[in-house]
Amino acid sequence: MRRSETWRGVLNTASLLAAWLLIFLVFSLLRPDSFPTARNLETILRQSTIVAMSALAMTYVIISAGIDLSVGSIAACVSVVIAVLLKEGHGPWTAVAGGLACGAAIGLANGLLIARLKVGPFIVTLGTYLIVRGAAKGLGQEQTVDPQRQVWLNDLLGSLAPEERWRIFPNGIWLLIALAVLAAVTLRHTRFGRHVVAIGSNEQAARLCGVNIEATKVWIYTLSGLFAGLSGLMLFSRLRLGDPTAAVGMELEVIAGVVIGGASLSGGEGSVVGSIIGVLIMYTIRSGCAQYGLPNWVQEIVTGAIIVAAVALDRLRVRKTA
Amino acid sequence: MPFLEMVGLSKSFGATKALDSVSLAVEAGEVRGLVGENGSGKSTLMRILAGVIRPDQGAMRLGGSEYAPRSPIDARRQGVAMVHQELSLCNHLSVAENVFLGMEPSRMGVLERNELERRTGKALARLGYPDLSVHTQVGRLPIALRQIVEIARAVAIGCRVVVFDEPTSSLTEEDAERLFQVVRSLRESGHAVVYISHFLDEVREVCDTVTVLRDGKVVPGEAGASDGFSSDPTSSLSNEEIVRRMVGRSVDELYPRSERKPGEVVVEVRSLSGLQKPLEIDLTLRRGEVLGVAGLNGSGRTELLRAVFGLDPVVRGEVRVAGILRAGGPFSSWRMGMGMLSEDRKQEGLALGLTIADNMTLPCLQRFGRWGWISQRAEEATAHSWAESLGIRCRGVGQKVADLSGGNQQKVAIGRLLLHDVDVLLLDEPTRGIDVVSKSQIYQLIDRAALQGKAVLFVSSYLPELLGVCDRIAVMRRGRIARTLPASEWTQEGIIAEATGA
Repeated sequence: MRRSETWRGVLNTASLLAAWLLIFLVFSLLRPDSFPTARNLETILRQSTIVAMSALAMTYVIISAGIDLSVGSIAACVSVVIAVLLKEGHGPWTAVAGGLACGAAIGLANGLLIARLKVGPFIVTLGTYLIVRGAAKGLGQEQTVDPQRQVWLNDLLGSLAPEERWRIFPNGIWLLIALAVLAAVTLRHTRFGRHVVAIGSNEQAARLCGVNIEATKVWIYTLSGLFAGLSGLMLFSRLRLGDPTAAVGMELEVIAGVVIGGASLSGGEGSVVGSIIGVLIMYTIRSGCAQYGLPNWVQEIVTGAIIVAAVALDRLRVRKTA
Repeated sequence: MPFLEMVGLSKSFGATKALDSVSLAVEAGEVRGLVGENGSGKSTLMRILAGVIRPDQGAMRLGGSEYAPRSPIDARRQGVAMVHQELSLCNHLSVAENVFLGMEPSRMGVLERNELERRTGKALARLGYPDLSVHTQVGRLPIALRQIVEIARAVAIGCRVVVFDEPTSSLTEEDAERLFQVVRSLRESGHAVVYISHFLDEVREVCDTVTVLRDGKVVPGEAGASDGFSSDPTSSLSNEEIVRRMVGRSVDELYPRSERKPGEVVVEVRSLSGLQKPLEIDLTLRRGEVLGVAGLNGSGRTELLRAVFGLDPVVRGEVRVAGILRAGGPFSSWRMGMGMLSEDRKQEGLALGLTIADNMTLPCLQRFGRWGWISQRAEEATAHSWAESLGIRCRGVGQKVADLSGGNQQKVAIGRLLLHDVDVLLLDEPTRGIDVVSKSQIYQLIDRAALQGKAVLFVSSYLPELLGVCDRIAVMRRGRIARTLPASEWTQEGIIAEATGA
């Protein structure tokens, strides 16, 4: 069949969507009054957005056979940077630009260390995970930073007022959707995107064919930092303050979402849309468990089981078709 | 005037001279065979041509102008492409994406897919594969078609020189035949082709001319050219002559060998087949016998050993030790009195970070204690006495294996088998990369083990040692045992001829 690969991709996404719908259906049957409501769906989407932002770029990182453990710390740090800039009287645009620049700069540092010094990405980002977290705490003097200002940043992930219902989603979610489309198209239809896959698939071959491995990797990790910064922006919007201790462990949720979405940690495989659905699956389960009255520890066990099951199922499927 | 000229190329790695003033000239529309034993300098020469390494001396010309590639990409841009033995493709990308990897037609970074696919299709059609879908993910193609993709990569960007490095080592006969067609079509379209192969029948089939390398030099041909260039038309050379040129060196090493008398059969292998290699292996091994296994790289020597030991999956067939069927992996092999020495001492053979004692006693720890508690004293005492009898040079058995020389490391690895008192020793390249004295000591150990009634299966790529140490030698070709004869009836030339199918 011509275009067979495209079909396979569609099939993969479709089966993920089906899994999500199934989970949604189960909780809807368990809690028919409160779970399958537009309001609840919107809440799940709003909660997912913070993690999903980072998952977009993490998809690139993991497809290139890398890993980025620093995204949670970057998100927290960026939320503090934005809060501090606002508190000092800068405008919201300046604050956002400063925060995102900070995130991208940390990502750039990750990328340079990984590509130039050839230190493994696990080690490099484990280091920045601690460094950035520490820097965020120092910047916030070990407390949350409250700018005490009413700016439009606060509404990026807020509920829409009744007269604004026509927008369907708050701006933050629209931004996520737009960026997801952009990331998906870039991965498939640009040289950069193809080089990311090539590096993850066979780095030796890519080098032999003249792919600029170093530059590509620097870009990948810079993007990861930038998108972690966007997570930080969303985090700020949700908390309305900068919190250096927020988003602890977020990097693992991001990685889990990407892996549930069909990416392989050994590189070469993964899809942007899959990653988004992966994150949605996790947050749907969390929301469902909460509404069903299950305590937090049960939610954690369920989420963990789902991650392992999803990956095991995927491997089984791959082995069957291979 | 030849299209590709390499003049007086020399290259040293440390003290070893890999290439010594080698010259080679290939015309457009010529297929040149390049043959030689492992380590004769073929791959060094080709790596220089492909821009992977730079020569210490000498120069190259391409189409009359200076050619000095700085990198593989640079070489490709200037028109020299290599089809590797281990394919360098990205399995997750499509055929078209692989063919143009690194040189994708694009506008502002966005791929021009139609252009990409059109040009790939054109290249595939020229190679005689117009039906191969350019959208297919390469990982889903069979090996033979992946190779076509790699050749298409060379043709699509207009390379004029194509180097094949052992292209058929993983192909079936029909696929190899189709590959020859492709090589011929490259010749027709005026490409200069360099074709490296161990298989002489294959060289005879596709190559117009042959150059033989030995010990980093071109072996002078009939014409006796003194300027270093030498090639002969394939038709003017007999296989015997090519083999003579490949080997042509004297043997002067010490192989201690006592009068040994083979006893009863201890190992029986019946139609043993692995996933790809080995194929349908039948062999028997007697007590006190050393059976050598020869063959080219990739002929399935190592795979045979690993299949016998149960380290790699066995698809068909059986292995019996002293009449008992082996069921299960390495653990049961050890229990049945069979021990194996891996060819990869550093990765697989030894735990380099552990001590000599730890490494030697690893497979039989239960002998040194009860209920999982190990008596270190007993362990070290045993290891110590073995280290002494093996002549391992060390400060003590508590020394880390990583600190020992290669030869002493290898003695530790063999000592492990002897300490465990196995009946059957499976040795894979036991003398690789160690000095001559240690080699001789290892030959002694093998001899002593055979005298004590142990059976030894000895895989090696170094023919003189096989001829010197073994009682019988089996020669493998393409995964099968081609022929087994007493060592006294083999010659180096005979083994090479059998291994290459000459």
